[in-house]
Amino acid sequence: MKISGAQLVIKLLERQGITQIAGLPGGAALPLYDALPGSKIKHILTRHEQGAGFIAEGMARVTGKPAVCFASSGPGATNLITAIADAHLDSIPVIAITGQVPSSMLGTDAFQEIDTFGLMVPITKHNWLVRSAEELLEVIPAAFRIASSGRPGPVAIDIPKDVQNQIIEIDELPEPGVATPLPQPTLAQLQQMQQMIAQAERPMLMVGAGVIQSNSSEALVALAEKLGIPAVSTFLGLSVFPHGHELHMGMLGMHGSKGSNIALEECDLLIGAGVRFDDRATGKISEFCPQAAVLHIEIDRSEIGKLKTPTLAVNADVGACIKALLNNCEPQQRIEWVSRIKWLNENHGIALPTNNDLTNPYSVIKTVAEIVGDNTNVHTDVGQHQMWTAQVYPFVRDRQWSSSGGLGTMGYGLPAAIGAALADPERMALCISGDGSIMMNIQEFDTAVEHNLNVKVVVINNARLGLVRQQQALFYQENFSAVNNRRTADFALMAQAMGARGFDLSKATDAKAMLTEALNTPGPVLINVPISEEEMVFPMVPPGAANKDLIEERNA
Amino acid sequence: MSDFSQCAILELKVNNHPGVMSHVCGLFARRAFNVEGILCMPMQDKQHSKIWLLVGEDQRLDQITQQTLKLEDVLEIAQHPSCHPVFAQMMQFVE
Ligand SMILES: Cc1ncc(C[n+]2csc(CCOP(=O)(O)OP(=O)(O)O)c2C)c(N)n1
Ligand SMILES: [Mg+2]
Repeated sequence: MKISGAQLVIKLLERQGITQIAGLPGGAALPLYDALPGSKIKHILTRHEQGAGFIAEGMARVTGKPAVCFASSGPGATNLITAIADAHLDSIPVIAITGQVPSSMLGTDAFQEIDTFGLMVPITKHNWLVRSAEELLEVIPAAFRIASSGRPGPVAIDIPKDVQNQIIEIDELPEPGVATPLPQPTLAQLQQMQQMIAQAERPMLMVGAGVIQSNSSEALVALAEKLGIPAVSTFLGLSVFPHGHELHMGMLGMHGSKGSNIALEECDLLIGAGVRFDDRATGKISEFCPQAAVLHIEIDRSEIGKLKTPTLAVNADVGACIKALLNNCEPQQRIEWVSRIKWLNENHGIALPTNNDLTNPYSVIKTVAEIVGDNTNVHTDVGQHQMWTAQVYPFVRDRQWSSSGGLGTMGYGLPAAIGAALADPERMALCISGDGSIMMNIQEFDTAVEHNLNVKVVVINNARLGLVRQQQALFYQENFSAVNNRRTADFALMAQAMGARGFDLSKATDAKAMLTEALNTPGPVLINVPISEEEMVFPMVPPGAANKDLIEERNA
Repeated sequence: MSDFSQCAILELKVNNHPGVMSHVCGLFARRAFNVEGILCMPMQDKQHSKIWLLVGEDQRLDQITQQTLKLEDVLEIAQHPSCHPVFAQMMQFVE
């Protein structure tokens, strides 16, 4: 069979099970786009390549499978960078395919030539500059294998235009790339883990995204219940434990509850399951869990001992470890410790307001959650609205939560929600955003309208870059600098301008009724929810401080 | 002759692909790990290359080694003491 490089790419992507690709064309990607019509793949034209990158991330987070985005050379490729970096820090399997100037012009500063290979090196698991169409037979399956194996992550493939056009003769197509089998715990490791857990009086689980990646959320909760082990979640590990579970203390770290940080001070064994001991979670690491032995279960060998020296390290699939422990451990109750956790949750959990005043951010989030119900995938942007959501959203299943953790990228929420709406159309894609963040990728609202997606954007509008303002209030003597968004666009009108429904709670006589109507309106909807700029996220551990030195509330 | 006593020597076996050097050198640079000397030559089979790195003997050596092993094109890493002759012999070309 005679086939061009571009046609080969599309064929191989189809064989990998790819049905939707977000992207935006340009000169160096013309052959790729020429090969798209007639294929089984639906292309989602975004308004900016960053949107395409985040759409792919949103798809990958909600499905757990690699997702693909396309861009042209030069500015197309540089516009993808932020999204790929985001996927890199949160270990999300995204495959970026970019067009490049013809091989013969590489290195000549040709029109729209940029060193995409060089730019992608530090933010991908692996990347390629493809030299010939034959190479694609190896590169495309390898891209899927690498993105989804072990600790997942993004990869990038840069394809010069002549390689896309090159016609080659092939007999058969290669097998699709699949994840390589994961290392399993040894019997000795299992026995050591069992013994360590059995001997602990006050063990704590620290649950990370690795648990979600290894499809073992339910097994982990069952293990915690069987062995009487309470748990905290990292930011990305949220949604492993269902909301309100009595052993769960919510998120730990910078904006975790006081109760969770006290429990970590008191525990005598910390079981880090699929975590990397990020500084936002641990606070000052030398003072993190001062009394505890550390059991670190982690697929990525380089994370073991990177920041926290473990007492016992198990470099294996966390899912396999959890399931083996669940099958082999004798039940334990730890009545005293579990009741201590209950007391801490009751007395030092995140305090919710008792009234349902929709100018309070927690009330807004709780009310939105009540209205939309459990059949919803929840996204956020970055800021106070994100932390409030992380603190109180009533998650019921894993992969329900999608937010930019490691990179903390404003502008993630809306395009990621679009990705989720495309990949999981049976569920509403909710995006809780802020007045600052929404403007970073607002253009993609138009994309959501084009495809009539079930995307609901709730803008928690404090007319400020709130989280920055909060730091200036607490640590820079209220010297507010460049955080004022008071003269901002009318977001509801903006949604209407793009052909969607827009609602503004400041204009409502009955705020709850308007919110209910808005969230029940089909298709893309934006809802502006004004709140006071004085609202803060508490508790807060000052950056660089130990978690125990958290600020409970203003002037405390 | 320079004094390499504070150094360690890493021997990497890598796939002989264009781009491998960028991946390896980029990793050391972005993790703020100094590389004092570097030597790279294709092996006899032409499929693989050897990269020799002269690096500071630093407590992060194990960490950077683990990170390097994650690179797709890095197949093996061996660590040698600073007395290994490879860089000592190279000195004649830079003096
Ligand atoms: C792309 C990007 N630029 C800057 C920042 C720094 N930053 C973190 S939170 C924040 C303010 C976000 O404002 P908004 O979206 O209104 O959320 P709020 O905190 O007010 O809820 C800024 C500027 C960031 N995280 N990402
Ligand atoms: Mg704001």
